[in-house]
Amino acid sequence: MATEPIAEDLAGICVDSHGSAIGMPQLCADWIPNQVFWLVIALVVTFFVLSRIALPRIASVLAERHGTITNDIAAAEELKRQAADAEKAYEKALADARAEAQAISQKTRDEIKAQLDEAVEAADAQIAAKTAESEKAIADIRASALENVELVAKDTAGAIVAALGGSADAATISAAVGNRMKG
Amino acid sequence: MATEATHGAEMAEHGTDAGGLVFHPMDQFIVKPLFGDGAVGMFTITNVTLWMLIAILVITGLMVLGTSRRAVIPSRSQSVAEMAYGFIYKMVEDVTGKDGLVYFPYIMTLFMFIVISNFLGLIPMSFTTTSHFAVTVVLALCVFLTVTIIGFVKNGASFLSLFWVSSAPLALRPVLAIIEIISYFVRPVSHSIRLAGNVMAGHAVIKVFAGFAGLALISPLSIVAITAIYGLEVMVAFVQAYVFTILTCVYLKDALHPHH
Repeated sequence: MATEPIAEDLAGICVDSHGSAIGMPQLCADWIPNQVFWLVIALVVTFFVLSRIALPRIASVLAERHGTITNDIAAAEELKRQAADAEKAYEKALADARAEAQAISQKTRDEIKAQLDEAVEAADAQIAAKTAESEKAIADIRASALENVELVAKDTAGAIVAALGGSADAATISAAVGNRMKG
Repeated sequence: MATEATHGAEMAEHGTDAGGLVFHPMDQFIVKPLFGDGAVGMFTITNVTLWMLIAILVITGLMVLGTSRRAVIPSRSQSVAEMAYGFIYKMVEDVTGKDGLVYFPYIMTLFMFIVISNFLGLIPMSFTTTSHFAVTVVLALCVFLTVTIIGFVKNGASFLSLFWVSSAPLALRPVLAIIEIISYFVRPVSHSIRLAGNVMAGHAVIKVFAGFAGLALISPLSIVAITAIYGLEVMVAFVQAYVFTILTCVYLKDALHPHH
């Protein structure tokens, strides 16, 4: 490269014969039009690329994301509300079931109690009837027993009188026995 | 590139001078034709053209191809594009207000072009378009003229109240008006020189340290210094693009709302 002669017009006022800068290349007036020209083109191209394609696209993506997030949050709120409702309904159903169960068990208890009372009453009545019957039987037996005792006593008394050599008519003996037994 | 080859030749040629140290820190900024050795005319395809084209391709790749899937859950490149979009959009909205958002594509164009050019300039052997005053002055003048025109179109003559500080004592106002007017016209100068100056200085410093690497004794130190300055330059590349953009927003805000 160093052997190549550097063109005099390139060297000019900004570059020396070795290709090095003379002073600040930034201040070289020869290069300014070139830079300005290409800069303007670059800026215009960049502006159109950004404003026509890139920025609207990014804006729409950001808007879409924002919308999605908002929707998701709303959906989550809705689901949360539904869950709360479901829980409330469940609680209510549970309370209802409990109350119903209580009512049913109370009713059953009452029914059983009524049946029991009835049965007890019937049993009491039966027992009373049986008792009355038995008492009557006992009274009969007692009465018949007294009669038999009297008969036996009369017979015995007649036999005793006869054995003692006396004689007595039946009427007297029965009166005497009757008196004694009353006494 | 060709400059480097020339460097090598130079070193061979002048190697014995100055202990083998050759400094050409400004050679990296030379504009030269890509094809042939002609003069650099207005329409010559030069390294400026090449690196601006690369910048356009990178911007297109990032902002158009990177977002081509329009995914609700973004890929990496789409995230970067969205981040850049959100960063500048929020800056414009915060600084200029809602009515400044009309100019968002222009500001986005400036920011993307500057930040991508700055970063491309950090690639070794590349040409940094934003290190040239010709480029940054055009950028700054675009902003200055646009903002001034917008100011007058939107506010009419009341745009001039920008220079009339109504909150200051009456006696001071004419003095302040002169200062305000001067500072207004200095804006494009500071706006452009800040960007080109920062970028150029960093690159030149790296080249100077690289020149020291010719001495075996200093070369490790030189490499460490280059690495450190390079790290700084990465930051400067972004910060200067950011500063240029936010100043544009501030100027635009003055044009839209000139009343103090």
